[in-house]
Amino acid sequence: MSVLTARTGPAPRPAILTAIGRYGVWLAVAAAFIVLPLVFGSGTALTMMSLMGISIVFALSYNMLLGQTGMLSFGHAVYFGLGAYFAVHGMNAVAAGGLPVPLPAIPLAGGCGGLVFAILFGWVSTKRSGTAFAMISLGLAELVGSSALILRSFFGGEEGVTTDRTKLLRLFGVSFGQQIEVYYLIAAWCLLCMFLMYAFTRTPLGRMCNAVRDNAERAQFVGYDPQMVRFLAFCVSGFFAGVAGGLAAIHFEIANSAYFSATQSGNVLLATFIGGSGYFFGPVIGAALVSYLQVMLSDLTEIWQLYFGLLFIAMVMFAPQGIAGVLVMHRPLWGRRALSRVTAAYAIALPPALVMLAGFALVIEMTYRLAAKAAEGPAMTFFTVPLAADRPEAWLAAGALAIGGFVLFRLTWPIIAAAWAAADPRKESRP
Amino acid sequence: MLELVIISTLNGVQYGMLLFLMASGLTLIFSMMGVLNFAHASFYMLGAFFGFQISRWLGFWPALVIAPVAVGGIGALVERYGLRNVHRHGHVPELLFTFGLAYVIEEVVQMIWGKAPVDFRVPSLLDFPAFTVFATNYPAYKLFMLLTSVAIFVVLFIILRRTRIGLVVQAALTHPHMVAHLGHNVPLVFMSVFGVGTALAAVAGVIAGPALVTQSNMAGLLGPILFVVVVVGGLGSLAGAFAASLLIGLVQTFAVSVNLSMADIFAFAHFTPSPGTIARDVWNVTLAQIAPILPYVLLVLVLVLKPTGLWGTRET
Repeated sequence: MSVLTARTGPAPRPAILTAIGRYGVWLAVAAAFIVLPLVFGSGTALTMMSLMGISIVFALSYNMLLGQTGMLSFGHAVYFGLGAYFAVHGMNAVAAGGLPVPLPAIPLAGGCGGLVFAILFGWVSTKRSGTAFAMISLGLAELVGSSALILRSFFGGEEGVTTDRTKLLRLFGVSFGQQIEVYYLIAAWCLLCMFLMYAFTRTPLGRMCNAVRDNAERAQFVGYDPQMVRFLAFCVSGFFAGVAGGLAAIHFEIANSAYFSATQSGNVLLATFIGGSGYFFGPVIGAALVSYLQVMLSDLTEIWQLYFGLLFIAMVMFAPQGIAGVLVMHRPLWGRRALSRVTAAYAIALPPALVMLAGFALVIEMTYRLAAKAAEGPAMTFFTVPLAADRPEAWLAAGALAIGGFVLFRLTWPIIAAAWAAADPRKESRP
Repeated sequence: MLELVIISTLNGVQYGMLLFLMASGLTLIFSMMGVLNFAHASFYMLGAFFGFQISRWLGFWPALVIAPVAVGGIGALVERYGLRNVHRHGHVPELLFTFGLAYVIEEVVQMIWGKAPVDFRVPSLLDFPAFTVFATNYPAYKLFMLLTSVAIFVVLFIILRRTRIGLVVQAALTHPHMVAHLGHNVPLVFMSVFGVGTALAAVAGVIAGPALVTQSNMAGLLGPILFVVVVVGGLGSLAGAFAASLLIGLVQTFAVSVNLSMADIFAFAHFTPSPGTIARDVWNVTLAQIAPILPYVLLVLVLVLKPTGLWGTRET
């Protein structure tokens, strides 16, 4: 028998190769996390990468609900915020009592805080699914947000609760006073959480979550209780959201009611959806991109949130599968050497698209200048070009850029469709 | 005490009717498309700001007509070119589309009118006390708000229940295919209902603007309350939305005027929790302080205990 299998089956690969094949992606991610601060060592870059790490954990925990179990939540910041408060109070308690707990263990306190309240609130909210669940999550978020301002002894009212991360037990003499040390702490937790959450998707429970998302009734027929599956997914998700909150508390050394805000809940939804909720790595892309955009766009323009919202609407309308979905869509092209053709078509379409976007951005910026910033006069610069927002020439130019760009961009659509049709005969046009 | 009750009742009914102006459109749109319009309160805000701008140019009364028409037109365009396209992707993208729209409208309003409240005044024609209850003057403008809301409610009710248009709309909500087979343009009906719904929200915005604060966060403050109203009343039920609007309006206005805390109630027992604890916070908080969260408590309780809402027939 063994001879037979040895002949017909493929030659057994050495264990090390199997391990690399299975964990290679994770090793690459770990290596990237280690190398990144060596490449981008500035203070701004370190802070941004720390924020990315936090929002990756948060977005992945959110996608456990949205993408994996099909539960749309408008109040995920509740568990993030509670995690932050538990971490801050944990740090203060450890520092005050001189307990032998090092800082790297603190996100666990946040995770437990998130978990406890996810059990409590999840028990109520996961009884329902769909729109009702979304509404309950919204109601609970408003409740917790308002309670945070009333229960001052725990939440510290408007100003929040502060802490000092350097006052904890030091391991190997690391005080976590510097940003680079905090970055590595966050990166390690981020990697661990990513791995655990990916592992969760491979467990039977993770698979049942998908089943409940796709068809709750059928899952029930097979003998699983959809409510229980939703509840368990909610608890696990709350735990990781709490860990993310704990990491944020370590990073900012403060927890306040802004952690619970609707903006926070909205941002994680936006990041997850833009990245692509249908794929595990979608929220990772989304969270990293959104954190990056928040910093970069807010440097460029004061009304970056408008562009951010428009990007979100564009994604919902034209690419609801998210960035990850668009990337995966191109994967079949790899093997057939068709990628270069499609890429060439994209390269033709890109300049007119950019011209169109520049035109729209110019209209928006000039409106902003004339309306809300009227006191500062009409003079402004747009991408280093000085112009006056009250001159008709400027508006004509903006209109010409926007409309002309759109017309040219529209002309390139058949080129892209043709490239796709050539790449994949089954597809008539660009999906 | 009687004075407090009368004034709070008047204010509560007036606030409730204002809520109903918006909730009626929201619940109609929900029955039609099966999606809660997150941006509904944003159209209310647009109404307030359009009303403010037009009343500066032309005066308040033209604004009361033009602003809702303009906002209704925008709403119809959003349905035609936005929601209808997103519809094929499913319910979650539809909901997210309205979510993103709410986000963008708030930003656009901030971009044009700034973050500070704008100076939207009560028209001088209505700037006098209508009557005096005990020592409190009741402003004529609030009476005007109340009467306008009631009038719109009556007209809406008559149109929906007594006219052929109402018949087609009601039929299209439940049996769109059948109505289409009978030769009616169902997508046009949907677009019109969306437009009228957003126009009603804009009317609410124009008349509420001078009385409340016209600011870029007004949609964010009111939006969640609207959801509470339509969910508590029962999604898709106009009568339920009406009752829930009044209920929430009255609960909130009465709670705000009652300055009672647990400490007051149990004052005779001479018991106070030790300071600096959560129990102490709970002990000292007054009913007026928790007034803003009462609707959400109601929402969660209703969804858990009676998922169809108080008067609704369909599960969410």
